Amino acid sequence: MSTVTTSTRPVDAAPGRTAAARLQAWLPRLVLSPSIAISLFFVYGFMLWTFILSLTSSRMLPSYEFVGFAQYARLMENERWWVAATNLGIFGGLFVIICLGLGLLLAILLDQRIRQEGALRTIYLYPMALSFIVTGVVWKWLLNPGLGIQAMVRGWGFESFTFDWLIDPKMSIYTLVIAAVWQASGFVMALFLAGLRGIDDSIIKAAQLDGAGLPRIYWRVVIPCLRPVVFSAVMILSHIAIKSFDLVVALTGGGPGYSSDLPATFMYTHAFTRAQIGLGSASAMLMLGGVLAILIPYLYSELRSRKHG
Amino acid sequence: MDNVIRRRTPGARLARAVLYTVLILAVLFYLMPLVVMLFTSIKPLEEIRAGSLLAIPLDPTFAPWAKAWGEACTGMRCEGVSVYFFNSIAIVVPAVLISTTIGALNGYALTKWRFKGSELVFALMLFGCFIPFQVVLLPMAQTLGWLGLSSSRAGLVLVHVIFGIAFTTLFFRNFYVSVPSELVSAAKLDGAGFFRIFWRILLPVSKPIIVVSVIWQFTQIWNDFLFGVAFSAHDTQPVTVALNNLVNTSTGVKEYNVDMAAAMIAALPTLVVYVLAGKYFVRGLTAGSVKG
Repeated sequence: MSTVTTSTRPVDAAPGRTAAARLQAWLPRLVLSPSIAISLFFVYGFMLWTFILSLTSSRMLPSYEFVGFAQYARLMENERWWVAATNLGIFGGLFVIICLGLGLLLAILLDQRIRQEGALRTIYLYPMALSFIVTGVVWKWLLNPGLGIQAMVRGWGFESFTFDWLIDPKMSIYTLVIAAVWQASGFVMALFLAGLRGIDDSIIKAAQLDGAGLPRIYWRVVIPCLRPVVFSAVMILSHIAIKSFDLVVALTGGGPGYSSDLPATFMYTHAFTRAQIGLGSASAMLMLGGVLAILIPYLYSELRSRKHG
Repeated sequence: MDNVIRRRTPGARLARAVLYTVLILAVLFYLMPLVVMLFTSIKPLEEIRAGSLLAIPLDPTFAPWAKAWGEACTGMRCEGVSVYFFNSIAIVVPAVLISTTIGALNGYALTKWRFKGSELVFALMLFGCFIPFQVVLLPMAQTLGWLGLSSSRAGLVLVHVIFGIAFTTLFFRNFYVSVPSELVSAAKLDGAGFFRIFWRILLPVSKPIIVVSVIWQFTQIWNDFLFGVAFSAHDTQPVTVALNNLVNTSTGVKEYNVDMAAAMIAALPTLVVYVLAGKYFVRGLTAGSVKG
């Protein structure tokens, strides 16, 4: 039997006999081919295309006059880019750490045979169903000093209470952290809770028999078991942080000034409203680089653990 | 974890009280914005200016909702968010159906008809889940122009299908991997074809993963802002873009209640889905993100 299909399965429809059978053998590949073509063109092709644009002097419209890495050099000298990149460091770092801490805390507490656990879980997680635009609009209202939380607390009699981060260029980036943590920490809780439920009870029982106290059991036994969950959560959260665009647009608009810009808003502003297509493309490529820097170690360890596990 | 804090000593009781206090504080943190949004959306403007953020509405009115729906100004136009709400529906429905169908067939082909290189194909497509979309925006804008789909709803449907396939394929592939292959093999021996096997054997067991995929795609596309703002014009905007324009339109008196009503309107469809099918929503989130 000639091998028309190089299937790994022994019981495929006999290949190479008739035209119909041959068609059957190729059907799976035919069905997949549009998606493969789409992926090659719209994902890989477009990445290459953006890279090429980043090597050109394109401004308002794409032009193909190559200038080497000049756009990257311009980016490195652009103060606004550095503000955006530094902001991503602050925002991403705090967002990831606070979400992990809060998510883990809530998951551990919820795992103590709590009444109404389902209802609590639903409440903690619902912000994840909202658009970042809605989240941004709501938090903009809450953080607005004139009528929001500041005004409310002052109304309670604390006349000197100040919470005006939204209009303070030094603090505006932290408003993004608050809103993003509100939106995503419930999701991290759900991940950790699923992880906790997957831990074998006998390990904990054994530790208890050894006379270990509860905090010690969690710190030494349970949390180390959650390492894979921490790993996935960090990866998902940093991914959300790098892509954050809507939240900035809706909550701070990148302001005051450009004090709360992130790379995603920098890219959009330069490519679409400031007629700097070359520079915008270069910034998009650096964002891709950032994602790859997180993704590759993750995939590497996933594959390794699958092979060895 | 039985009996961990169940002993009824005073210390354990105290621990229990602290536990519930923290959990309830967290409830307040997560619920507060929703409550404020709802309250503000049914208060008259004078009450908002005079009263406190969390004050219960004394004189509830649905006028802000009506205005947000039918009259509020989003940029140049003043016809409320209803037009854009329907734009979102017109974009979401076809995009969800098409991407889920393609994902199901891909997942089926990748698991039950493996061929040399099928794992590579999967890995190739999977990468689409991870790219920051900024890296495709400019080429996409130009391509949509060439296709004559610039600023159209059809163009947005296309974009969402293209970048949704990676996720739907992942869902169905991971689901079908765990469906036993014996029946499929037997049907192949009997001479049943590709689509017949899919229709008769795989589809009947696929209900949970279809729900997961539909909910995931629905939430993603409904909540999308980046593609919406980059590839739409005034009359084809999705509701998220319109909401942002409405809130940032600075003509005349700022009507916070109308802003909040519009935000509620934009949020309701995904919230309703979440409340009705939360289990599947969570499953999609974890399947879409944990399994690489």
